[in-house]
Amino acid sequence: MVTDSVDPHIAFQNVSVSYGRKVALDRVTLEIPRHEIFGIIGPANSGKTTLLKCINRMIDFAPAAKVVGRVFVGGDDVYQMTNVFGLRRRIGMVFPLPVGLPLSVYDNVAYAPRMAGLTRRDELDELVETCLRQAALWDEVKDRMQLLGTRLSGGQQQRLTIARALSHRPEILCLDEFSIAVDPVTTMKIEDVLLELKQRVTIVLVTNLVQQARRLADRVAFLNDSRLIEVGPTDQIFSEQPAERLTFDYVRGHFG
Amino acid sequence: MASEAATTTGVHADAFRRFTAGPVERRKALVERLVACLLGGVTVLLVLPLIAILTTLVAKAWPVLSWAFITENPQTYMTSGGIWAPLVGTFYLVFISLAVAAPIGVLAGVYLNEYAGENWLTRLVNLAVVNLAGVPSIVHALFGVGAFVLFAGFGRSVLAAACTLAVMTLPVIITSTKEALSAVPQSFREACWNMGASRWQTIRTIVLPNAISGILTGVILQVSRAAGETAPILFTGAVFYVAVPDRGLASFLPYGLLDRCMALSYHLFTISTQVTGVSDALQYGTAVVLIGLVVSVNLASIAFRVYLRSRKRW
Repeated sequence: MVTDSVDPHIAFQNVSVSYGRKVALDRVTLEIPRHEIFGIIGPANSGKTTLLKCINRMIDFAPAAKVVGRVFVGGDDVYQMTNVFGLRRRIGMVFPLPVGLPLSVYDNVAYAPRMAGLTRRDELDELVETCLRQAALWDEVKDRMQLLGTRLSGGQQQRLTIARALSHRPEILCLDEFSIAVDPVTTMKIEDVLLELKQRVTIVLVTNLVQQARRLADRVAFLNDSRLIEVGPTDQIFSEQPAERLTFDYVRGHFG
Repeated sequence: MASEAATTTGVHADAFRRFTAGPVERRKALVERLVACLLGGVTVLLVLPLIAILTTLVAKAWPVLSWAFITENPQTYMTSGGIWAPLVGTFYLVFISLAVAAPIGVLAGVYLNEYAGENWLTRLVNLAVVNLAGVPSIVHALFGVGAFVLFAGFGRSVLAAACTLAVMTLPVIITSTKEALSAVPQSFREACWNMGASRWQTIRTIVLPNAISGILTGVILQVSRAAGETAPILFTGAVFYVAVPDRGLASFLPYGLLDRCMALSYHLFTISTQVTGVSDALQYGTAVVLIGLVVSVNLASIAFRVYLRSRKRW
């Protein structure tokens, strides 16, 4: 163990990832505490998305990706797990572009529970409503649950994606630049949702919007060029004197 | 910027001021019209032969075209009567060959597109599929003789001929399946995997339901191919003449799997080149039914595709 903080929810130990010759992550060691919003910032191609994909082993699907080092979720080494589907159900993922599955709104949210074996209609109904409410979408879709998810607007689809990510009751929610395709009002709605959710789930928030990280995150990690430059409480990262000069330059918009 | 340019350059200045075309625009419009005419003309050229073929065929076949022509067997050494036996034979061959080829082809296509990684084995398989599609049908025929007639012991039969046709249609079914599957956005799959769905769950619930129209279109189009080919069935199961019932229920089940059968394409070949004294109308009539079969199957597949596209979900 590198640091001695108590009970980190997610821990990276010396994790390196390469796609063929291209190095995407270079010896990253990082601990993400429970029930916090953990911001990850950094310029494009700095390895932020790769970092997320290591947590739920979606990196397995990337051809030619080579992972070295260990990743722990709740103390379990993800590469020792035999039930990778179970691991993925513990983690909700939201990607930059909203993906409404070509199913009804209801079936979109009920998808993951059904794939995990839940069939009872009343339980599904309740779960779908809870998730849609949590994602601040319920009021807009409650009268048209049979509408195709792909027919919703971009912002609604992104909230549908969040509802889906919550539908398997994850203990961790990872969001990868969720606000790219979403209007400011919806972004604010979702941000409120995140602040409320962090009581129960650990949230990893990858964002290009430095100010978004500043608003939401309890702790921020700064990645640059595949390396973890600095990690610390949000106040420190955004202070006049972060530990690294590079961090200061980035959050002030001097590069990236 | 535009107004500045207009005041400083002569020719364009006029064009901007009067909203009329300058020489450059006039030339552009002329070329545009020429290109449109050229492309349209070529397209019409494409349609002409088809219309010519169809009208000639129907005109020459007109005297024999009747319901009886379809429902009666050839008579008096095939110089009169209808085409029931070969028509049923063709249906047999087409349906049995698709029953063999469609499941194998679709499953192989699903594997190649959804499961197979990028390695030398899949590259080899893909290469084999492409090359199989390019094999001339007479070579398929000889393969069919070796593999199904002799090795598998089917003898010259409906089954051997249908299997030969199946091998011939397999590569196209595999290819069209793969294309239909890869048209389903990758993001759908990743969304499902992220929620802990397995590959098969994702395929069953999202990928296949959205690719099924393309897959079925590919399969249906192979009907016309299987119906039209003569070479692959020539040595493997088609027969010059066989007496089968053309009345009652028995007329729909005239052939057993291991019987030889007549087929439209081969029948057309024999009555035009092997038998003397067959009237032109009879030959053209057979051709009309064969082409009619192919065209109606193609139209059905187009209609089906239009229907499914109208229900497209993203």
